[in-house]
Amino acid sequence: MDNLQAKSPCAGLLPLTIGKMSLNEEAPGALTSLAPYKGKQSALSKAMEGAHGVAYPGANDTSQGDGARAVWFGYGQALLIGPAADVELSTHAALVDQSDAWSVVRLNGPEVEAVLSRLVPVDVRLSVFPVGQTARSLVMHMSGSITRVDADTFEILVFRSMADTLVHDMKTAMEAIAARG
Amino acid sequence: MRIICPHCGERDRREFYYKGHAVALDRPAPDAGVEAWDNYVYLRENPAGNTRDLWQHEAGCGAWIVVERNTITHEITDTTWVTDAVAGDPS
Repeated sequence: MDNLQAKSPCAGLLPLTIGKMSLNEEAPGALTSLAPYKGKQSALSKAMEGAHGVAYPGANDTSQGDGARAVWFGYGQALLIGPAADVELSTHAALVDQSDAWSVVRLNGPEVEAVLSRLVPVDVRLSVFPVGQTARSLVMHMSGSITRVDADTFEILVFRSMADTLVHDMKTAMEAIAARG
Repeated sequence: MRIICPHCGERDRREFYYKGHAVALDRPAPDAGVEAWDNYVYLRENPAGNTRDLWQHEAGCGAWIVVERNTITHEITDTTWVTDAVAGDPS
């Protein structure tokens, strides 16, 4: 039997430091999409709070618990990040394990807004995109999830198959900003 | 061109996929007759003024949206979820 080794989506591509900016791969734990059944969103939210300490997030919002996070992930959908989803949640929502389906990276540094502005067609300034806010939008030509983790850090998710393109596009933008000095 | 998604706020047009006129929300009954079905499948208005389109926020939240816009001024006057437009209540 071959000795198979698990590789992360950005293995061999990250970490990356250019100028004042750094790009690192996250190991987020389990990723589970939660799609509440019709009329079950508040019941799901209660079950989530009981099992994982996070409420179901409203549109463009996230909720943070102890070791678990919930990120709004589109129409009628949120992503539970961290622990494996409690089986009890499945009475209120359709659950899909997407743990190996996403590349999860963090862009950090004082010029994070300038770099992202070259990639994402959304206003990412702190005054309109505060800490804890999330957006589903484009990252260059890829559809992704963008969340502000703190003033200088964004977490970005795109499909795992696009990890190479993501790193290439981010690197190009980071180099362009660094070149401006 | 920018479209206001009821979830995500004002977004660039490139995030959206265009379906066509919102006629798809008014599908005739199976026994409505040849004329109604001919009209539904083949005949389209080409208004100079207000029209209703279906767009999907494909690269964003994924919702289907009814967009009311003016073909002369390009003004977008209203955007609602298809689920609201059809059922009257959000899921």
